[in-house]
Amino acid sequence: MRMKLTASIALVAVATMALAPIARPNAGGTVAGKVTFTGTPPKMKPIDMAKEPSCAKEHATPVMNESVVTGEGNTLGDVVVYISAGGAATTPPAAPANFDQKGCQYLPHVLALQAGQQLVVKNDDQTSHNIHPMSKINPEWNKSQPPGAPPIQTSYEKPEFIPVKCNVHPWMHGYFAVLNTSHSVVTGTDGTFSLSGLPPGKYTVTAWQERFGTQSQEVTIAGTETAKLDFVLKATEY
Amino acid sequence: MSRVARQIAAIVAIGVVASLLSAADGFAQSVHGLPMEGRGGDTKPNTRVGRPAVGKEEYTRYCAGCHGDRGDGQGENAQWIDPKPRDFTQAAFKCRSTPSGTLPTDQDLINTIRRGIVYSNMPQWRPLPDQMIADLLSYIKTFSPRWKAEKPGAAVQIPAETPVTTESILAGRAMFQKFECWKCHGTEGRGDGPSAAALTDSKDQPIHPFDFTTSTRFKCGTTNADLYRVFMTGLDGTPMASFADNIKGDQGWDLVHYLRTLQPVRTPELTLWKTWLATHAGELKPIGPETGGR
Repeated sequence: MRMKLTASIALVAVATMALAPIARPNAGGTVAGKVTFTGTPPKMKPIDMAKEPSCAKEHATPVMNESVVTGEGNTLGDVVVYISAGGAATTPPAAPANFDQKGCQYLPHVLALQAGQQLVVKNDDQTSHNIHPMSKINPEWNKSQPPGAPPIQTSYEKPEFIPVKCNVHPWMHGYFAVLNTSHSVVTGTDGTFSLSGLPPGKYTVTAWQERFGTQSQEVTIAGTETAKLDFVLKATEY
Repeated sequence: MSRVARQIAAIVAIGVVASLLSAADGFAQSVHGLPMEGRGGDTKPNTRVGRPAVGKEEYTRYCAGCHGDRGDGQGENAQWIDPKPRDFTQAAFKCRSTPSGTLPTDQDLINTIRRGIVYSNMPQWRPLPDQMIADLLSYIKTFSPRWKAEKPGAAVQIPAETPVTTESILAGRAMFQKFECWKCHGTEGRGDGPSAAALTDSKDQPIHPFDFTTSTRFKCGTTNADLYRVFMTGLDGTPMASFADNIKGDQGWDLVHYLRTLQPVRTPELTLWKTWLATHAGELKPIGPETGGR
């Protein structure tokens, strides 16, 4: 009997140890909310792709400039919301961060990734692009990617918001948001975000928008609750 | 001869002797310096140890007027200069033998200092002695922390040049079409492609693509190997990207041979090309959008 008890305790212990790492990502608290703006945002103009017919024909209606993406109720898209301080260091996600060039646009327009995480850049177009991330802290490179060329695989070592452009198609621009954390999300047009799996602790949450700058707020997570946090960025016209 | 006239004669004589001596001194400097760079591109490696403190003095004398006391390319002359002086705080250099995004080798920087950069205000600093250039390099490297954290990249491999043949030129022409070099450099290599007008460098300054019909001298050298190297490394800080992932081995020579047919002088490539064109011109589709090149 005692043998059996000991064995079952050991079994439970082993099972707990085995389960713990699997259970961890779902455990912890969540920070969720919405990003909106006040003031008058700049008017986004349509992009003329006439100089690149192979891309122009992929769009039934002209593509708009994506520097400021807004939704109904003054919501703000393409905002990077991330943990800028607090909590333990995170390991870079194993899955690569994908950056596609399609229809002479960057998909996504803003890509959040962690320093050290693999970055994969693809060209789905029938035209040559050059990928030119204009980093200031990380080494600046500029590589050509003709149609059908294999993906460019690389990574960044240091956190930095890096503007990316294609010199051949000057309307193409985007951002690599290289962060110190894997706790990050880029808002959609509805402006909502959710950062889950946060162990208990005090965090600084930062929202970044390419035109409107950054805003930070502090939040404390005690257990598995969802802390509500909204950001209101001030729109600048230029 | 009056006393005044004799005094004047003496002063003139001293002046003549002094200027002869200083000319001899200047001559001696260039003799002791590294061999001047010829068409070959490479000079003997400079193995001297640089002294940043001495380099700072030389930098202040020769470089700071354009590149600025802080090395940020904001010297007092910078506002009048186009293209703008290099910003050493970024440690991104146009002329390298190393892959895009990596630091250049010392020899790359020495070559640039000695060669100068055509169509810019960077002159050829040929008479500077070896030791002075070593000192300057060691000081320039204090402007960016990258020089402490990183090592120069591994030099790109350039195979031995392939023979200049019509096939090679045709293959190069197809690459000029396929890689869309014409988008910036123009269908005839005149630097007037559809994207040319909107090009900006990494500091948002307008920048012109190279016009192959004006000169046989390029920013980073004059030889075929120098041209090959540019495709592979790209010119960091400018729109000229690296094609190292897409141009392999001998293919690069094909593109070099085609580009040489666009040149303003009678290159061997142009002679061969004209002979072929005389009988085959009709077989070629024009370079540009919606065509295949041949």
